[in-house]
Amino acid sequence: MKHNGPFAVAFLLVFAIFMLAPIVVVIGVAFTPTGFLEFPPSGLSLRWFRAILDNPDFMHAAWVSLKLALVAATVATAFAVPAALAIGRGSFRGREVVQSLLMSPLMIPTVVLGIAFLRFLTVMGLNGTFFGLMLCHTVIVTPFILRLVLASVVGLDKSAERAAISMGASDWTVFRRITLPTILPGVVGGWVLAFITSFDELTVTVFITNPSTTTLPVRLFSYIAQTTDPLVASVSTVAILFTVVLMVVVDRLYGLDRLLIGEGKR
Amino acid sequence: MSIASTDTPREVAPPVPREPLLCAPALALFLVMLLTPLIMTLVLSFNSFDFYEGIGSTFSLANYTEVLGDRYFYEIFGRTFAIALATTAICAIIGAPASYFLNRMDPFWRSIMVLIVLGPLLISVVVRTLGWAILLGNRGVINTALMNIGLIERPLKMMYTSGGIVLALVHVMIPFMVLAVWAALQRQDPATEAAAESLGAGPFTVFRRIVLPQAMPGVLSGSLIVFALSASAFATPAILGGRRVKVVATSVHDEFMNTLNWPLGAAMAMILVAAILITMIAWSRLVEDRVGRAYA
Repeated sequence: MKHNGPFAVAFLLVFAIFMLAPIVVVIGVAFTPTGFLEFPPSGLSLRWFRAILDNPDFMHAAWVSLKLALVAATVATAFAVPAALAIGRGSFRGREVVQSLLMSPLMIPTVVLGIAFLRFLTVMGLNGTFFGLMLCHTVIVTPFILRLVLASVVGLDKSAERAAISMGASDWTVFRRITLPTILPGVVGGWVLAFITSFDELTVTVFITNPSTTTLPVRLFSYIAQTTDPLVASVSTVAILFTVVLMVVVDRLYGLDRLLIGEGKR
Repeated sequence: MSIASTDTPREVAPPVPREPLLCAPALALFLVMLLTPLIMTLVLSFNSFDFYEGIGSTFSLANYTEVLGDRYFYEIFGRTFAIALATTAICAIIGAPASYFLNRMDPFWRSIMVLIVLGPLLISVVVRTLGWAILLGNRGVINTALMNIGLIERPLKMMYTSGGIVLALVHVMIPFMVLAVWAALQRQDPATEAAAESLGAGPFTVFRRIVLPQAMPGVLSGSLIVFALSASAFATPAILGGRRVKVVATSVHDEFMNTLNWPLGAAMAMILVAAILITMIAWSRLVEDRVGRAYA
């Protein structure tokens, strides 16, 4: 493999600065002791991190987001894993149609999904409820799990399953003892990606929350639209830290490269 | 041998009829929670709206003619597509060489660079856009720095401009371009580059004549993704453009949450989807023709 020349190294350096700049700036601003957004901060203070704890709106929104992401990712996994097993191994009629339907939330503009869910939930009398929000997030995150689980199902070796069946194992035992352990990395990777997607989701959610079910991104979004004080930066910094911790966990369990490279193929 | 023969019938026992059943729960969820809402929204876009009586269940093209016949909406759609096209072009111009250099890095530095380029995908768009708002403001980081050096006297206006939105959108969308181009580059045979060099081609010629043509399918598929996502982006234009620089997605949000004219908002959304689809199909047709001819 050829190595990069000085021009390429300079290009990559500028590119890396471009990618990191907005994130570094947000983290820097969060530590300011003053009352406005200044970078670099004139001192180091945890004032705006303490302010999060004193803000019931942000604390409540963070709690809603956490619950929502946990429930939606788990429910979506329960729907997506059986579907992935059927699609990945079966050859029944309409298999491709089912797969494109289940992947379609990635293709539809999120604004369109947002208004469609708003219309539907309003007619059903579920608008603004946590249950309604959870159903919508389940639909949005299902494709992420389906894609990663499908990738691990396609590479699955059927002989171990056949051996278990021939020795008299029930379907459930085969799934629990043979199939699930083999596809587990894909399931865990998919669950984490689904969790992050739900936790970060704004465009759909902004249409279907009410004050009691406001999620963290929606709260942050409406706060930025009204005022700008360093509180938004400290909340964002906590969110970034949370993501970094999840990234480390994913790297251990599934391999971050695999997850990120899968993420872009939509 | 007797073991093998008792084995065979169980092995053949078909698990096939069970498999569509495994799809049934997900399929049911998507029929109720995705297809039904989408069809209801399509129907909604043909309904009428009255400030006192709300949504009327009539069926007319009035909303579509209103959007398509008003200069105000032309401006919004025009701006949306200009922003999406500019974002796509810049992503291609930066993303293609970046992926090429990335592909040539040694594994240690490459994994760090992959983390820097793709890691932001996992951070909320709201947070990333907030970072750009802090950088681009009149008293933001960039303006303060430029004024301190003495390059400019008055702050450059970057917040609430289309240019600022494009800059932040490039940051949000470029990971998709890099991934698409990188995937194409990994399929290419490194021997072709070596062959060109051994025949005396310089690095620029190798890039232009050997690497770029092989990377083109990746650039094209990346462009389609970036264009579709930028044309329907909401968070970035909403935060950096506010009410002054409206795009289609933020106008739809306004119609639904402030004006409450849902049918008109639904019609705008449907026109956006149609416009994105037509652009994508036309673009891939055009490109297939060109590429097909060049390599025929």
